[in-house]
Amino acid sequence: MAISFEYKVTGGDFTHAGYASSQVKKMLKQLGVDSTVIKRVVVCLYEAEVNIVAHAWDGVINVELDTDIIFMKLTDNGPGIANIGQAMQKGFSTASPEVREMGFGAGMGLPNISANADNFVIKSKPGVGTILEITINLNSAAV
Amino acid sequence: MKVEEICSVLNGELVCGSDKPNREVTHAFASDLMSDVLTVSCNNLLLITGLANLQTIRTAEMSDIDCILFVRNKSVTTEMKLLAEELGMTLIKCPSTMFRASGELYRAGMKPLF
Repeated sequence: MAISFEYKVTGGDFTHAGYASSQVKKMLKQLGVDSTVIKRVVVCLYEAEVNIVAHAWDGVINVELDTDIIFMKLTDNGPGIANIGQAMQKGFSTASPEVREMGFGAGMGLPNISANADNFVIKSKPGVGTILEITINLNSAAV
Repeated sequence: MKVEEICSVLNGELVCGSDKPNREVTHAFASDLMSDVLTVSCNNLLLITGLANLQTIRTAEMSDIDCILFVRNKSVTTEMKLLAEELGMTLIKCPSTMFRASGELYRAGMKPLF
Protein backbone atom coordinates (compact mmCIF):
# COMPACT_ATOMS: atom_id res chain seq x y z
CA MET A 1 0.00 0.00 0.00
CA ALA A 2 1.34 3.39 -0.98
CA ILE A 3 2.07 6.17 1.53
CA SER A 4 1.72 9.79 0.40
CA PHE A 5 3.37 12.94 1.69
CA GLU A 6 3.00 16.57 0.70
CA TYR A 7 5.42 19.39 1.38
CA LYS A 8 4.98 23.07 0.55
CA VAL A 9 7.94 25.06 -0.76
CA THR A 10 8.28 28.84 -0.72
CA GLY A 11 10.24 30.59 -3.45
CA GLY A 12 13.34 32.41 -2.20
CA ASP A 13 13.29 30.67 1.20
CA PHE A 14 16.80 29.22 1.27
CA THR A 15 16.60 28.77 5.05
CA HIS A 16 14.16 25.90 4.66
CA ALA A 17 15.33 24.58 1.27
CA GLY A 18 16.11 20.92 1.68
CA TYR A 19 13.66 20.26 4.51
CA ALA A 20 11.43 17.99 2.43
CA SER A 21 14.43 16.11 1.04
CA SER A 22 15.76 15.65 4.56
CA GLN A 23 12.43 14.24 5.75
CA VAL A 24 12.24 11.81 2.83
CA LYS A 25 15.82 10.71 3.45
CA LYS A 26 15.07 9.98 7.13
CA MET A 27 11.96 8.02 6.16
CA LEU A 28 13.78 5.88 3.58
CA LYS A 29 16.56 5.16 6.07
CA GLN A 30 14.01 4.02 8.64
CA LEU A 31 12.50 1.72 6.03
CA GLY A 32 15.91 0.16 5.42
CA VAL A 33 16.20 1.19 1.75
CA ASP A 34 19.67 0.66 0.24
CA SER A 35 21.90 3.70 0.88
CA THR A 36 22.89 4.01 -2.80
CA VAL A 37 19.23 4.23 -3.79
CA ILE A 38 18.50 6.71 -0.98
CA LYS A 39 21.28 8.92 -2.29
CA ARG A 40 19.83 8.89 -5.81
CA VAL A 41 16.38 9.76 -4.46
CA VAL A 42 17.56 12.64 -2.30
CA VAL A 43 19.90 14.10 -4.93
CA CYS A 44 16.94 14.24 -7.35
CA LEU A 45 14.57 15.63 -4.76
CA TYR A 46 17.00 18.14 -3.29
CA GLU A 47 18.02 19.54 -6.69
CA ALA A 48 14.34 19.83 -7.63
CA GLU A 49 13.43 21.40 -4.29
CA VAL A 50 16.25 23.95 -4.62
CA ASN A 51 15.05 24.71 -8.15
CA ILE A 52 11.63 25.73 -6.80
CA VAL A 53 13.23 27.90 -4.11
CA ALA A 54 15.63 29.40 -6.67
CA HIS A 55 13.30 30.02 -9.58
CA ALA A 56 9.61 29.80 -8.61
CA TRP A 57 7.20 31.74 -6.41
CA ASP A 58 5.97 28.68 -4.60
CA GLY A 59 5.45 24.98 -5.12
CA VAL A 60 4.24 21.67 -3.79
CA ILE A 61 6.11 18.39 -3.50
CA ASN A 62 4.05 15.21 -3.58
CA VAL A 63 5.81 11.99 -2.68
CA GLU A 64 4.21 8.59 -3.16
CA LEU A 65 6.07 5.70 -1.66
CA ASP A 66 5.22 2.10 -2.43
CA THR A 67 7.07 -1.10 -1.54
CA ASP A 68 9.38 -1.02 -4.56
CA ILE A 69 9.04 2.44 -6.06
CA ILE A 70 9.09 6.12 -5.12
CA PHE A 71 7.30 8.71 -7.24
CA MET A 72 7.96 12.40 -6.64
CA LYS A 73 5.98 15.16 -8.31
CA LEU A 74 7.08 18.76 -7.90
CA THR A 75 4.63 21.37 -9.13
CA ASP A 76 5.53 25.04 -9.01
CA ASN A 77 3.97 28.38 -9.79
CA GLY A 78 6.69 30.35 -11.47
CA PRO A 79 8.19 31.72 -14.65
CA GLY A 80 8.38 28.28 -16.26
CA ILE A 81 11.03 27.15 -18.73
CA ALA A 82 10.85 28.44 -22.29
CA ASN A 83 13.27 25.91 -23.77
CA ILE A 84 13.45 22.62 -21.85
CA GLY A 85 16.12 21.19 -24.16
CA GLN A 86 18.39 24.12 -23.37
CA ALA A 87 17.64 23.87 -19.62
CA MET A 88 18.66 20.20 -19.67
CA GLN A 89 22.13 21.05 -20.99
CA LYS A 90 24.92 21.04 -18.41
CA GLY A 91 26.04 24.60 -17.69
CA PHE A 92 22.90 26.40 -18.82
CA SER A 93 21.23 28.42 -16.07
CA THR A 94 19.09 31.52 -15.60
CA ALA A 95 19.81 31.64 -11.85
CA SER A 96 20.23 34.97 -10.10
CA PRO A 97 23.51 36.02 -8.44
CA GLU A 98 21.82 35.36 -5.06
CA VAL A 99 21.16 31.74 -6.04
CA ARG A 100 24.76 31.33 -7.22
CA GLU A 101 25.94 32.66 -3.85
CA MET A 102 24.08 29.76 -2.26
CA GLY A 103 26.25 27.31 -4.23
CA PHE A 104 23.75 26.52 -6.97
CA GLY A 105 22.78 27.96 -10.35
CA ALA A 106 25.58 26.41 -12.39
CA GLY A 107 23.23 24.59 -14.72
CA MET A 108 23.70 21.16 -13.16
CA GLY A 109 20.42 20.61 -11.34
CA LEU A 110 18.27 19.13 -14.11
CA PRO A 111 21.14 17.03 -15.57
CA ASN A 112 21.84 15.72 -12.04
CA ILE A 113 18.18 14.73 -11.66
CA SER A 114 18.16 13.07 -15.08
CA ALA A 115 21.33 11.11 -14.23
CA ASN A 116 19.90 9.74 -10.97
CA ALA A 117 16.26 9.07 -11.87
CA ASP A 118 14.92 5.87 -13.42
CA ASN A 119 12.28 7.98 -15.10
CA PHE A 120 12.20 11.76 -15.35
CA VAL A 121 9.50 13.84 -17.00
CA ILE A 122 9.54 17.63 -17.14
CA LYS A 123 6.67 19.79 -18.35
CA SER A 124 6.61 23.55 -18.32
CA LYS A 125 4.48 26.45 -19.42
CA PRO A 126 6.23 29.84 -19.54
CA GLY A 127 4.58 32.30 -17.18
CA VAL A 128 2.68 29.54 -15.38
CA GLY A 129 5.09 27.03 -13.90
CA THR A 130 6.91 23.74 -14.13
CA ILE A 131 6.08 20.15 -13.20
CA LEU A 132 8.77 17.55 -12.55
CA GLU A 133 7.90 13.86 -12.23
CA ILE A 134 10.69 11.68 -10.89
CA THR A 135 10.44 7.92 -10.43
CA ILE A 136 13.05 5.71 -8.80
CA ASN A 137 12.89 1.95 -8.37
CA LEU A 138 13.83 1.25 -4.76
CA ASN A 139 15.17 -2.22 -5.54
CA SER A 140 17.85 -1.22 -8.05
CA ALA A 141 21.09 0.37 -6.92
CA ALA A 142 22.25 1.38 -10.40
CA VAL A 143 20.50 3.67 -12.87
CA MET B 1 43.04 10.93 8.67
CA LYS B 2 41.46 11.79 12.00
CA VAL B 3 39.60 15.05 12.58
CA GLU B 4 42.09 16.12 15.23
CA GLU B 5 44.95 15.58 12.76
CA ILE B 6 43.20 17.79 10.19
CA CYS B 7 42.89 20.52 12.82
CA SER B 8 46.55 20.12 13.71
CA VAL B 9 47.81 20.27 10.09
CA LEU B 10 45.74 23.35 9.24
CA ASN B 11 45.68 25.15 12.58
CA GLY B 12 41.96 24.53 12.40
CA GLU B 13 39.21 24.92 14.94
CA LEU B 14 36.68 22.21 15.61
CA VAL B 15 33.39 24.14 15.74
CA CYS B 16 31.00 21.19 15.82
CA GLY B 17 31.50 17.54 16.70
CA SER B 18 34.12 17.97 19.43
CA ASP B 19 32.82 14.73 20.94
CA LYS B 20 34.21 12.84 17.92
CA PRO B 21 37.87 13.98 17.52
CA ASN B 22 38.75 10.48 16.33
CA ARG B 23 36.27 10.51 13.45
CA GLU B 24 38.19 9.46 10.38
CA VAL B 25 38.01 10.58 6.75
CA THR B 26 40.02 8.99 3.97
CA HIS B 27 39.25 11.16 0.93
CA ALA B 28 38.62 14.85 0.31
CA PHE B 29 36.72 16.84 -2.28
CA ALA B 30 37.03 20.62 -2.60
CA SER B 31 34.27 22.72 -4.12
CA ASP B 32 32.14 25.80 -3.58
CA LEU B 33 29.55 24.48 -6.02
CA MET B 34 26.98 22.37 -4.21
CA SER B 35 25.63 20.72 -7.38
CA ASP B 36 29.16 19.39 -7.94
CA VAL B 37 29.22 18.00 -4.42
CA LEU B 38 25.95 16.18 -5.12
CA THR B 39 27.60 14.27 -7.97
CA VAL B 40 30.29 12.64 -5.83
CA SER B 41 29.92 9.31 -4.14
CA CYS B 42 32.37 8.15 -1.49
CA ASN B 43 32.29 7.01 2.11
CA ASN B 44 34.31 8.83 4.77
CA LEU B 45 34.63 11.94 2.64
CA LEU B 46 35.79 15.37 3.79
CA LEU B 47 34.16 18.33 2.01
CA ILE B 48 36.52 21.31 1.74
CA THR B 49 34.59 24.48 0.93
CA GLY B 50 34.53 28.23 1.24
CA LEU B 51 30.76 28.30 0.97
CA ALA B 52 29.35 28.77 4.44
CA ASN B 53 25.57 28.70 4.62
CA LEU B 54 22.76 26.33 5.58
CA GLN B 55 22.72 24.78 2.11
CA THR B 56 26.31 23.60 2.61
CA ILE B 57 25.10 21.54 5.56
CA ARG B 58 22.00 20.33 3.68
CA THR B 59 24.10 19.35 0.65
CA ALA B 60 26.48 17.38 2.87
CA GLU B 61 23.48 15.66 4.45
CA MET B 62 22.14 14.61 1.04
CA SER B 63 25.61 13.43 -0.03
CA ASP B 64 26.25 11.38 3.13
CA ILE B 65 29.18 13.62 4.02
CA ASP B 66 29.77 13.78 7.78
CA CYS B 67 32.75 16.12 7.89
CA ILE B 68 33.10 19.64 6.45
CA LEU B 69 36.16 21.88 6.47
CA PHE B 70 35.44 25.58 5.96
CA VAL B 71 38.41 27.46 4.56
CA ARG B 72 39.26 31.18 4.43
CA ASN B 73 38.06 31.63 8.04
CA LYS B 74 34.44 31.49 7.01
CA SER B 75 31.99 31.94 9.86
CA VAL B 76 29.77 29.07 10.89
CA THR B 77 26.41 30.52 11.93
CA THR B 78 24.40 29.29 14.89
CA GLU B 79 21.76 27.88 12.50
CA MET B 80 24.42 25.93 10.60
CA LYS B 81 25.89 24.60 13.82
CA LEU B 82 22.48 23.53 15.18
CA LEU B 83 21.61 21.68 11.98
CA ALA B 84 25.04 20.02 11.86
CA GLU B 85 24.68 18.94 15.51
CA GLU B 86 21.26 17.48 14.77
CA LEU B 87 22.77 15.50 11.88
CA GLY B 88 25.82 14.40 13.87
CA MET B 89 28.28 16.19 11.60
CA THR B 90 31.77 17.47 12.26
CA LEU B 91 32.55 21.07 11.24
CA ILE B 92 36.07 22.47 11.15
CA LYS B 93 37.17 25.96 10.17
CA CYS B 94 40.65 27.10 9.25
CA PRO B 95 42.30 30.31 8.07
CA SER B 96 43.93 28.77 4.96
CA THR B 97 42.77 29.27 1.39
CA MET B 98 41.16 26.29 -0.30
CA PHE B 99 44.33 25.76 -2.34
CA ARG B 100 46.62 25.75 0.69
CA ALA B 101 44.30 23.61 2.81
CA SER B 102 43.98 21.05 0.00
CA GLY B 103 47.75 21.02 -0.55
CA GLU B 104 48.60 20.61 3.12
CA LEU B 105 46.08 17.79 3.55
CA TYR B 106 47.29 16.04 0.40
CA ARG B 107 50.88 16.25 1.69
CA ALA B 108 49.70 14.79 5.01
CA GLY B 109 48.20 11.76 3.25
CA MET B 110 44.62 12.70 2.42
CA LYS B 111 43.51 11.00 -0.78
CA PRO B 112 41.78 12.77 -3.68
CA LEU B 113 38.54 11.31 -5.02
CA PHE B 114 39.88 10.88 -8.52
